Amino acid sequence: MRAVGIILAGGSNENLTDISSNRTISAFPVGGSYRTIDFTMSNMTNSGVNKVAVITQYSSRALLDHLSSAKWWDLGRKQGGLFVFSPYITNDNPFGYRGTADLIYRNISFLKRSNEPFVIIASGKHVYKIDYNDVLKYHQEKQADITIIYKEANYEKASNYGVMVLDEDKRLIEFEEKPLEPQTSTISLGVYIIQRTLLIKLLEDLFAENRYDFVNDIIIRYRKKLKIYGYPFEGYWRSIRSIKSLYDVNMDFLKKEVRDLFFRQYPYIATKVKDEPPAKFNMNSSTKNCIVGGGSILNGYVEDSVLFRKVFTGSYSFIKNSVVMDGSYIGNNCYLENVILDKEVVVSDGRKLIGSKEKPIFLEKGSVI
Amino acid sequence: MRRREIISMILAGGHGTRLGILTKYIAKPAVTFGGKYRIIDFVLSNCINSDIDTVGVLTQYEPLKLNQHIGIGIPWDLDRKTGGVTILPPYIKEGMGAWYSGTANAIYQNIKFIDAYNPEYVLILSGDHIYKMDYSKMLEYHKQKSADATIAVLEVPLEEAHHFGIMNTGAEDRIVEFEEKPKEPKSNLASMGIYIFNWNKLKQVLIEDNEYNKDSDFGKHIIPRMINNEDKLYAYRFDSYWKDVGTIESYWQANMELIETLPSFNLYEEFWKFYTNLDHQPPQYVGEAADVKRSIMSEGSEVYGNVYSSVLGPGVIIEEGATVRDSIIMAGTIIQEGCVLDRCIVSENCVIGKNVIIGEGENIANIEKPDIYYTGISVIGEQTIIPDNVWIGKNCVVFGTTRLSDYNDRILESGQSLILEGVES
Repeated sequence: MRAVGIILAGGSNENLTDISSNRTISAFPVGGSYRTIDFTMSNMTNSGVNKVAVITQYSSRALLDHLSSAKWWDLGRKQGGLFVFSPYITNDNPFGYRGTADLIYRNISFLKRSNEPFVIIASGKHVYKIDYNDVLKYHQEKQADITIIYKEANYEKASNYGVMVLDEDKRLIEFEEKPLEPQTSTISLGVYIIQRTLLIKLLEDLFAENRYDFVNDIIIRYRKKLKIYGYPFEGYWRSIRSIKSLYDVNMDFLKKEVRDLFFRQYPYIATKVKDEPPAKFNMNSSTKNCIVGGGSILNGYVEDSVLFRKVFTGSYSFIKNSVVMDGSYIGNNCYLENVILDKEVVVSDGRKLIGSKEKPIFLEKGSVI
Repeated sequence: MRRREIISMILAGGHGTRLGILTKYIAKPAVTFGGKYRIIDFVLSNCINSDIDTVGVLTQYEPLKLNQHIGIGIPWDLDRKTGGVTILPPYIKEGMGAWYSGTANAIYQNIKFIDAYNPEYVLILSGDHIYKMDYSKMLEYHKQKSADATIAVLEVPLEEAHHFGIMNTGAEDRIVEFEEKPKEPKSNLASMGIYIFNWNKLKQVLIEDNEYNKDSDFGKHIIPRMINNEDKLYAYRFDSYWKDVGTIESYWQANMELIETLPSFNLYEEFWKFYTNLDHQPPQYVGEAADVKRSIMSEGSEVYGNVYSSVLGPGVIIEEGATVRDSIIMAGTIIQEGCVLDRCIVSENCVIGKNVIIGEGENIANIEKPDIYYTGISVIGEQTIIPDNVWIGKNCVVFGTTRLSDYNDRILESGQSLILEGVES
């Protein structure tokens, strides 16, 4: 692969909008045994990108822990491999987060020390599967300066995204970030391919003008000067931005086509190996339409739910339409419906929690109720 | 190179003949166990959990799967700059080629490997046992006793002692006599095949013994020789779970113990994990119409049918309407709709066609190998394909890409074998 990868994982806009979480979205658990960033990480390595930089900013402990050994993505290498950039403050740069372009600019030496001709910039909070080689090929065919991956928003609200207007040749004409009245339903997926030397030049120009945002200051500002093309993506794609979307994406994994896409079809999504023993279904348990992670021990009834690894459910407890993350413990005689339990939550015997599909109840990591 | 205090040598070359078709093309240590593990994982994990980071694995019989599984040792954190895991197959030396002819002979042939690490102690292990043991405690005991060799022993019921190598001990558990499978056992301390030796001493004894016994064996030759030499040998008593899953029945039994509510062998302990090589680990899925009870399911397995009292390996699919009971289904196998399996072992990557019934009928011991298959369990070898609507009895063995024409009127009676040699292209 003739590209290096940059994954943006954890600017201030990368936290769930509706709760104050101390974990960046990229590190949120998805699909029974993954973290959100695994999808983009795996897309990179499965496409043959073997030099990947993950740029973090806020709340990165969980993410750094997850990435601590690069070997699960085959990125533990002498040449290339995984680079994790955390923020640092220098005398001439005592600022916090100022924008996505700023994040990349501060690590510009990563780009300067590479010799791959292209850069793939992606976000760590998207769940999808793609071969970036196809995009790169398209990028070269179009002789584009920048290629943006887009999709037609069907049910997604276009006003939550960057909305693009493309001409017949799929060249970008207009781009509006989160417009109140979107002109089209063509939304940017926030994944870009760009020539490495061009990116370095743009970043240096930007910084000289005190501009820091990739979308506003590069895509929108240069939309006419540069040849920016859209690459259509038609597969499954979700962005995690709120509790509701975290819930919905997890629930999507109960659909066969989504499981088949990520679990059964090569290439696979890699994640940090946890070495949990097989999941255990005891005598009086009953499980219908559920994902159950390794190391879980089930005694109760579970329906239409996603249980991550090392979940324990007690006798006569009933769990329905819920997402239960790693290491959570549910006692006896509990009733949970439309609930998200973050990691290591303890639900005491006899508790009853009922949320709605539109507004699931969310219990933060480590809560005890 | 940094000197190692102790290194371990795992004997993993055995055939395991009594496991029948299960070890036809793979060494016993590479046979899967408990769904997602292979038998050697337990010993490898014990090593790293006991802080032993230099391990030699001696292979000989059908090593391909074992080599692939161990690789460079990543799952066990045995990928090291120095030390780590090294696979040691027999090799040709000047003027001669030599297979490993005995357990001690295998170590004798690798003296140079061990010397390279210049260890104080060598831990000799067998790659086909299932147990949880902190070898560092045994090493401490060994040092305390200023022993030349320490042998881990298990107290077995006296009436079963004649199946084992028995250690007769004197004061302070010093070993005074070793008897291999004695008719009239004098003690109930069975050797577990786990030895710690002072390397200098062992090396000397190995070289000495090689003069006399070209098939040098620890139980038969080395231990008796050391006792004779009045070396200090001590028994180290171990009183926890330990299994040699040597037969089809004991293999099946040991797997079934894992599904108990409180199993005697606990895989779920946070600070003594077992590691295995599984690069793709999606979660398990249980379908809308499924019923799963008293069972364990490994990563990526999907159940749409009924599974009772069974052990499922990674990536197994049990289709709708199929019923699997008291069975072991290994990695990657698909059990298609309408099947009924009772007391079966189905090896890796098999496809069992629709409405196939296995494990019904009379309990007639296998005609060709009555000493291996006689407890009612039918065994399907790896990558076997069984066509739709076939009925297979008890104590049967099936292996290969079988077609309807291979069965007599769709039936394989109890005790029959259907083994198709050669690999289909």
